[in-house]
Amino acid sequence: MTEEIIIAGFGGQGILSMGKILAYSGIMQEQEVSWMPSYGPEMRGGTANVTVIISDEPISSPIINKFDSAILLNQQSVDKFEKSVKPGGMLFYDGNGISRHPEREDISVYRIDAAEEASKMESSRIFNMIILGGFLKIKPLVKFDNVVKGLAESLPGRHHSLIPLNEKAIRRGMEIVKAVHEV
Amino acid sequence: MKGNEAIAEAAIRAGADAYFGYPITPQSEVLEYLMAEKPHERTGMVVLQAESEIAAINMVYGGAACGRKVFTSSSSPGISLKQEGLSYIAGAELPCLVVNVVRGGPGLGTIQPAQSDYFQATRGGGHGDYRVIVLAPYSVQEMADFVGMGFDLAFKYRNPAMILTDGALGQMMEKVLLKEQQPRMTEYPEWATTGKGTDREKNVITSLDLDSAGQEKFNRKIQDKYRQMKEEEVRFEVTECEDAEYLIVAYGTSARICQKSVQLARDKGIKAGLFRPVTLFPFPEKPLREMAEKVKGVLSVEMSAGQMVEDVLLAVNGRIKVGHYGRMGGILPTADEIVEALENKFAKK
Repeated sequence: MTEEIIIAGFGGQGILSMGKILAYSGIMQEQEVSWMPSYGPEMRGGTANVTVIISDEPISSPIINKFDSAILLNQQSVDKFEKSVKPGGMLFYDGNGISRHPEREDISVYRIDAAEEASKMESSRIFNMIILGGFLKIKPLVKFDNVVKGLAESLPGRHHSLIPLNEKAIRRGMEIVKAVHEV
Repeated sequence: MKGNEAIAEAAIRAGADAYFGYPITPQSEVLEYLMAEKPHERTGMVVLQAESEIAAINMVYGGAACGRKVFTSSSSPGISLKQEGLSYIAGAELPCLVVNVVRGGPGLGTIQPAQSDYFQATRGGGHGDYRVIVLAPYSVQEMADFVGMGFDLAFKYRNPAMILTDGALGQMMEKVLLKEQQPRMTEYPEWATTGKGTDREKNVITSLDLDSAGQEKFNRKIQDKYRQMKEEEVRFEVTECEDAEYLIVAYGTSARICQKSVQLARDKGIKAGLFRPVTLFPFPEKPLREMAEKVKGVLSVEMSAGQMVEDVLLAVNGRIKVGHYGRMGGILPTADEIVEALENKFAKK
C-alpha cells in the first residue's frame, strides 16, 4: 500500500502541521513516510502545501505530481490541484469561501465544512484536525490511537494540554464529512 | 525529522567540537536546531552564530587548525562567500565539514532547491589547485549518516569535506535512525596547533609559501591525496541496472525522482536503470564507464543547466551517446518529464 496525498491551502490553516501529524501517525504504525513541504517566502495568508506519502515499502520519490488524495482548503488550491488527482482518487475540500466547486466526474469528492464547524466549536485552531478527521473517516489510513500518538509526537510539550480538544475535533470531522460525488 | 535537523543532530552525536554559521534559507534549521538543542550542555560542543558567512568559515579555519572537529553550513550565495576561506583551509591542509543546502542561482537566485553548485563544489570552488571531498545524500537518513562520514574523510585526508544537498532534502521530513552519541576527541592530531612545551618543534599552519619550488612540491603532495581519494573513496549506488538498456545518472533529490522515473519507464517497456553517484568528488568514473559499456544511452538528470553531465561525458569518453535533462532556478523535474526526455533522446526511433 502506498498513499500519496497533497494538502494545500492558506498559510496559517495548519496545512503543514496536519501533514506532520499524518506522517507521525504513519511512523507510529511502522510505515514508511515522507513529508515534503513547498516551502516559500510566504507565511500566514500566503499559500502552503505539503505532500505526504505513507507506504508499506520504501518511498522512491517524495516529490510527485499526481496524487491518490487531495485535501484542498482554498479556491486557489482547488483550481491548481483538482487536475492532479489520479483518476479514481479522492478530493476533500471545505466549502467555505469556494465559488468554483470541484467538477471532476472521475474522482470521488467529499466536503468537510470545517471552518464553519471550528467557529461553532469556538477555536479556529482546530480547523485542520476537523479536516483530518473527515479525511480519515473516508480513508482510514492510520488508526485513531496512532493519530493521538502522532499528535503527541508532533506537538511541542507545552501544547499537550490541547490534545483532548484536537481528539474531539478529529471525531467531529468524522461526523460531518459528506460525499458530494462518489466513483 | 527534517533533513537540516538530521544534519545538526548527527553532528552533535558525531562528537563535533563546534559549529559556526550564519542563517540563510533553506538551511537555517541547522543553526536553529543546534541553538535550541544546546549541545554545550550535552557534549560541550560550541554553537556560534557568526556575523557573516566569511567570519564563520574563518572561525572554522581556526578551529580546524587546533585539530578540532568543526563544521559550518550555508546555502549557495553564502557558500560563495566562504570560498576564500575554503581555499585557505585546503591550502593549509586542514579538515572540516561544510554543508551546502543548494538553492537556485545565480546571484541571490531563489530559495527553492537546485543542483547548480555542482561545478563549484567538485572543482574546488575557490582559487588554486585543490579539491573538496563531496558527498551527495539522497534521503534524510543519508543527510545524518554523511556527517560522520564527512568528518572521518576530512580527518583522514586533512582536507575539507562537503555535503552537497539541496532545499528539498533540507526541508523534507523522513524517518531517520540516528547513531549513538560519540564522545568528543580528547587527543588531537600531531599537526594541530594546540600549544607546546619544549618537547617538540612548533607546528605551523599556513597556506603561504613564497618559494615557488616549495609551492609546487606542496601542490604535488595534495594532488597525490586527490589521486588516493579517487582510488579509495569512490561511492555509488545502482538500481535496476542488471538488464538496463538505458542508464539514468542522477544524484541527490534528482536521484529520488529518477527512482520513480525508472519504474515508470519500465512500466512502458523501456529498460531503464539508475546510477547514483554518492561521492561527486571523487566521481565514480570507472564504475560508470563499465556500466555504460553495456547500455545504449546515458541520460544525466540534474536540477541545473548541465554540470554533472560533463563528468559523465568524461567517464564515458565518447563510447556511447550521453544526453542531459535538467530544470533550473528552483524547479524540480517530474518523474514523467524525465521518462519523456529519455524517450525523446534515445528510445524513439
